[in-house]
Amino acid sequence: MEGNRKRWDTLKRDRMERIREAIPLVKMGKIVEASNAVKLLETVIKPYDKVTIEGDNQKQADFLADCLCKVDREQVHHLHMVQSAISLPSHLDVFEKKIASKVDFSYAGSQATRLAQFVKEGKIEMGAIHTYLELFGRYFIDLTPRVALTVAVSADKEGNLYTGFNTEDTPVVIEATKFKQGIVIAQVNEIVDKVPRVDIPGDWVDFVIQAPQPFYVEPLFTRDPANITDSQVLRAMMVIKGIYAEYGIQSLNHGVGFDTAAIELLLPTYGEELGLKGKICKYFSLNPHPTLIPAIESGWVESIHSFGGESGMADYVAARSDVFFIGPDDSLRSNRTYCQAAGHYGIDLFIGGTLQIDKFGNSSTATASRIAGFGGAPNMGCDPRGRRHSTEAWLKCGREDGVQRSLIGDLPRGRRLVVQLQETFREKMAPGFVDKLDAWKLAETAGLAIPPVMIYGDDLTHIVTEEGIAYLHKCSSLEERMAAIRAVAGFTEVGLEEKPEETTELRRKGIVRTPEDLGIDLSRANRSLLAAKNVRDLVEWSGGLYHPPAKFRSW
Amino acid sequence: MALQELNFSFKPEKNFTSFAPEWFHSGVVGSGDMEVLMEHKKQDGKVTVKVVTPVTGFDQVWEKVLAKFVAETKIGNLHMEINDNNATPFIVHMRLKQALFEAKGDVES
Repeated sequence: MEGNRKRWDTLKRDRMERIREAIPLVKMGKIVEASNAVKLLETVIKPYDKVTIEGDNQKQADFLADCLCKVDREQVHHLHMVQSAISLPSHLDVFEKKIASKVDFSYAGSQATRLAQFVKEGKIEMGAIHTYLELFGRYFIDLTPRVALTVAVSADKEGNLYTGFNTEDTPVVIEATKFKQGIVIAQVNEIVDKVPRVDIPGDWVDFVIQAPQPFYVEPLFTRDPANITDSQVLRAMMVIKGIYAEYGIQSLNHGVGFDTAAIELLLPTYGEELGLKGKICKYFSLNPHPTLIPAIESGWVESIHSFGGESGMADYVAARSDVFFIGPDDSLRSNRTYCQAAGHYGIDLFIGGTLQIDKFGNSSTATASRIAGFGGAPNMGCDPRGRRHSTEAWLKCGREDGVQRSLIGDLPRGRRLVVQLQETFREKMAPGFVDKLDAWKLAETAGLAIPPVMIYGDDLTHIVTEEGIAYLHKCSSLEERMAAIRAVAGFTEVGLEEKPEETTELRRKGIVRTPEDLGIDLSRANRSLLAAKNVRDLVEWSGGLYHPPAKFRSW
Repeated sequence: MALQELNFSFKPEKNFTSFAPEWFHSGVVGSGDMEVLMEHKKQDGKVTVKVVTPVTGFDQVWEKVLAKFVAETKIGNLHMEINDNNATPFIVHMRLKQALFEAKGDVES
């Protein structure tokens, strides 16, 4: 019968064939010399393969990324890159050299402008821009990598990997590849007799290469308190009093930025003064932000699970195993997939800054000339519709919802708080509120299917500006939401449309509250409220355990 | 960068309070975002403002920020000189209010 002759193990046979061809390159066990790395890639990667380069948010398989740019494009071409971050020049060079042709990714960071150019010039076929969880999900559906170029701190000769402080994406990348008969190649900083802890079992890894240089790590989450402005202090006071205290927010994620750093540094001062210790901010899904050290040291924080590590924080984190997730080797175990899942389902509030909010409340970090991607924010900056556990904060936000009853009747259902912090005008007088998002222009110039929106207006519950807090979820119509947005949009084109009588009515209903309504004394909104005023103060709070990277040391 | 000078004049609120101190100075333009000199000036309650700023094209925004300050604080008989170093509209608003708070001990009713 025809059916009986069909082979059901073609992937496996293909995989074994590729590995067999590479055997002459292996020095010992699974170890391949760095000088043979390009040859190895030419041997095990075939045209049209889906390939992932572990370009995490922070740690980078930079050596393997460079090697991929050096392969013979007669042998290796039309690769479909499926990677979370496009953050190194080599991640795009591989398209310039016509080795790869298509990309599916999450986040572009410093390569965002060049990526937009490449797409425009037709050098890259754009698949889709994802959130991290979305891309990782598709690794197990229709974007399973054939070859994974991954990165770890150390390996033994059996291929056991130690990913240490910055585990990040490694487990999900390797699991998706290996168990669909793919090939896993790891660059490591050193090869050791015994790894400090086994983060990835050796039989999930095919080849190990000791890179000539340690992998690159970017300190993405360090914010120098010296750069926090008085206006950020004011917004932080409003958030703590008007949202965290109001709802009793216990579990949360803070975006990256000076606005949220200001909140972290106000907990031990302003938060303490309001008597909120033990009542708010106990559980975080968060990278080890140095600016959270004063709050941790003051006993505010019960638990933090992290997506990745942060440069200079290893010793501090290791010494606080009551708070962080620490392995038997005494170093942090971070994991982007788990932390994103935790941030999606486990927390009551997401708060972060953005570049633009439109008159409807949609917000975006896209500009017309950059494809920056999403990273993980949209998975936390949304109402997780599959959530089924309840907390006080979640229930209160649901009770206040202005449209919920018209959709599900009198059944109680809670709601995630999704908060955007916005300065009405940012540096160089760029307006924070606009009539139409630049994302529309980007979608047009780069030929994207939809304008890239970080947080959709119907997920957004609160906007905080210097003018006040808009409690958008309380609104019962789009018209009312737009009026509430205008009321806090200051002197921007959106804010100038504000009608004083509408704002008065919204303040009466508690949909808009100004600093005055919240009982916040403007004259106190200055940097003297910060628990640490510079990086050196953070080092002191940590008892010398935090070792800031050189670029943050001014003393 | 070329500096431009803007001049504004506002009518006070009906129930205004005269700015009492002879003068009050706040901020450092070199290392901060702006400085302001506030002076008592008998001018039928009017508030006059001279702004020196490197930013062009925001005359209308300046006018709105200053008008809001005058309306909210109900201050009168005041002349201000503002030297701006790229302060955002909100920062201007906040600095003016903070300066007035500081000077306020001497405000006569």
